[in-house]
Amino acid sequence: MEVQSLPAALALVAGGGTGLSPERRAALGASLPLVQRDYRFERVWFWGCIQGLRGAYYIAEGLGPDRAAPRSRLYSLNCLDWSLLTPATKEMLALAEQVKGRFQGDPSFDYSLSEINAEAAARLMESDKEPVMKEEARLVATIELIDRAAGIVPRGAFVKTPLGAVHENRHFEGLPLAEAKKLSSYFHLTEPVNLKNKTLLEKADLDPSTDFLDSLEHDIPRGSWSIQLEKGGTVVVLRSLLWLGLTFYHVPMTKQFGYVYFGTGEKNLDLPFML
Amino acid sequence: KRGHGPYQPHEPGYGLEQPAYSPYEDEIPDPQARMLAIKNAKAYLLKTSTKSGLNLYDHFANILTKILDEQPTNTVDIIEDISKDVKCSQFRKKMDTLRDEHFIPPTFQAAEKYKALFVKEGGGEEEEDLEEEMGQPSLPNVMETAFYFEQAGIGLNKDECYYIFLALKNLINVQPIQTCRFWGKILGLEMNYIIAEVQLQEGEEDKEIAEEGEEIVGEGEKEDEAEEEDEQKAKEAEPPKSTYKPPPEIPKEANGTGTNKYVYFVCNEPGNPWVKLPPVTPAQIVCARKIKKFFTGRLDAPVVSFPPFPGNEANYLRAQIARISAGTHVSPTGFYQFANEDEEEDEGADTYEKNPEFEPPPVAEMVESLATWAHHVKGILKQGRCVWINPSQKSEENDEDEEEEEEEGEEQQEERGPPLLTLISEDEGMKDIPAWTAKASTDLIPKYSVAILQSNRWPGAYAFASGRKFENIYFGWGHKYSPENHTPELPPPAQAEFPSGPGITETVDPTVEEETAFKAAQEEALAEAEEWEDEEGEDD
Repeated sequence: MEVQSLPAALALVAGGGTGLSPERRAALGASLPLVQRDYRFERVWFWGCIQGLRGAYYIAEGLGPDRAAPRSRLYSLNCLDWSLLTPATKEMLALAEQVKGRFQGDPSFDYSLSEINAEAAARLMESDKEPVMKEEARLVATIELIDRAAGIVPRGAFVKTPLGAVHENRHFEGLPLAEAKKLSSYFHLTEPVNLKNKTLLEKADLDPSTDFLDSLEHDIPRGSWSIQLEKGGTVVVLRSLLWLGLTFYHVPMTKQFGYVYFGTGEKNLDLPFML
Repeated sequence: KRGHGPYQPHEPGYGLEQPAYSPYEDEIPDPQARMLAIKNAKAYLLKTSTKSGLNLYDHFANILTKILDEQPTNTVDIIEDISKDVKCSQFRKKMDTLRDEHFIPPTFQAAEKYKALFVKEGGGEEEEDLEEEMGQPSLPNVMETAFYFEQAGIGLNKDECYYIFLALKNLINVQPIQTCRFWGKILGLEMNYIIAEVQLQEGEEDKEIAEEGEEIVGEGEKEDEAEEEDEQKAKEAEPPKSTYKPPPEIPKEANGTGTNKYVYFVCNEPGNPWVKLPPVTPAQIVCARKIKKFFTGRLDAPVVSFPPFPGNEANYLRAQIARISAGTHVSPTGFYQFANEDEEEDEGADTYEKNPEFEPPPVAEMVESLATWAHHVKGILKQGRCVWINPSQKSEENDEDEEEEEEEGEEQQEERGPPLLTLISEDEGMKDIPAWTAKASTDLIPKYSVAILQSNRWPGAYAFASGRKFENIYFGWGHKYSPENHTPELPPPAQAEFPSGPGITETVDPTVEEETAFKAAQEEALAEAEEWEDEEGEDD
């Protein structure tokens, strides 16, 4: 969610019970604009907070002119001093999916890979590196996984220019209430996977400037999103059941939307049993 | 050939037809030709489209009017969208012969409901009556609790808190309540639950038991009628009845003790009427431990699971609330003490009272050492109750045959749980994850910081302590945390049809020689017996 709209946004997301304390909010208001200045980001989003056992990680994302480009991620332990995270590689993502258990809260903590994945450990030992995975790497990989699986935006909020760059749609006035209740009105803000699989009939109805992303309708497993209208339709809140703690809000017929993650950073692999 | 009319200086064909003019002359040619060119261009623009009935001239006029009225920023980037919008708005008006139904968004209904919460209790006379009554029910100060939890970043937004505050006030006015507390909020798929933990006044609990008794009697009468019908059918041929006797049902704890110490009221949103949850039975708790299901938000939704849950979502919700309360309700050590000191060792101790000599330790100590917190709710045993009961005691009422069978069967071990006011430092962690995480709300201003406790076993359960004030709350999905994935219970092994014995085990059929040998042996035995009888007969 945007820094400027942070207080209002946090109020709308607070239905889940977790949020930020006034101290953290004030610290964010002071430190995120400085981050924007130092790293020359066009936009800075407060992504959320991952609770570790001994501490919490506060995450922010910085975006450049192309909003669909890979984002820079920063983390902080106290919402004041931010450190840039190295982008996640495919190996890191694969390893992070196999690490189980809570985050420790200490960025330099080492997860011993020999328990998790013997092959990777062997490979690392051959190249004379220690067979460990640092918590920082797990952190950035988890953020990437969550963004890919559950980072969503309303339909029409972003447009693709003919040159391929993605911008915010300044003409976006918000989804109408009837559309806001449907899963097909929300898109994943990542590289689309399912678009090519659509039939020609469906593709004919799509508008290539706004419908260039995957919608939530075909997410596996079905039912992994919970849509609720709070306050009698004033706010639409989507909660991901696969990554418990990710909350998306949108006020219909206005430009306000955003998502934030407050949770432990673990995938809910029991989802098929729980539905 | 398009036939634009006379070419203008900026057009590429200019000057080619008329050799007298060259493209490099700046002098404007004959004004008549220019006017003609303009008229032709305008006529072209006014040509109506065959498809939509619009023409470009009017369309551009509308676009420019809209732009000049609204004056958006960076118009040139969004010009196509503006054009589309203008077209759409035109189109709708022309084609619309039916009027739209007057759409009443649900926002207004919700707003009415919230407004109804703000009704003030009326009448000065009524207030005097209330003061005369003994034991005025205590409304918890929800906003104060919310303030302390907010220091840790936990809690709902202030508007919702206030609505809940007012809803609790309504609950107290409607129901005969002694103490009341905001227990927390459980999220569901379609709707959420707001839960209030309540202790009813003493006379009211007896009324409830009587009501439940009446209901059971009503069911009993229906059963008699059903039995008569069954007897008639029994005279006809029936398949053999099963000899399976289910294990005796463990009785639920009485209202006001153990897991049923408090009564819980739920509603989906503040402003909705409060619904009372039924008391919880041990069977429901035992089953709830084995399943993991999301709540849908409707209390009458069925819980489809294996092992089959005995009840619907209201019962499942109540069972989870009981487990969460038993696992995570803590208070600073020493805040509560036992009524009699003798009872400390007796596990039957269920009552505690506030300790008037309690000295709150400083916040730093409460964060550092977990021994400064203690559970004040009894833990639930494996049986599903807080106080162990021997199920075979019930068999005295049944037939004697059954009693003998059960004595021969397994004797269940008496279960012991931790006594009532145990310190939470004795809670086991899971693998290397401690059961609780403690932290102070702020490091920058230690004087006013609040000690916050988060449960790792039940993510979403929080407790805070600041001086003499403390409170527990739950915000979450209502499930326990397990480091391993959830594995559902396997179905029981297939039932053996009948025990194998010599009567039904297969043996090889005897051969002819064996049969003749056996027959010969039998005849010999028969002959011997006859001789023996003849001898006896001769004796007489």
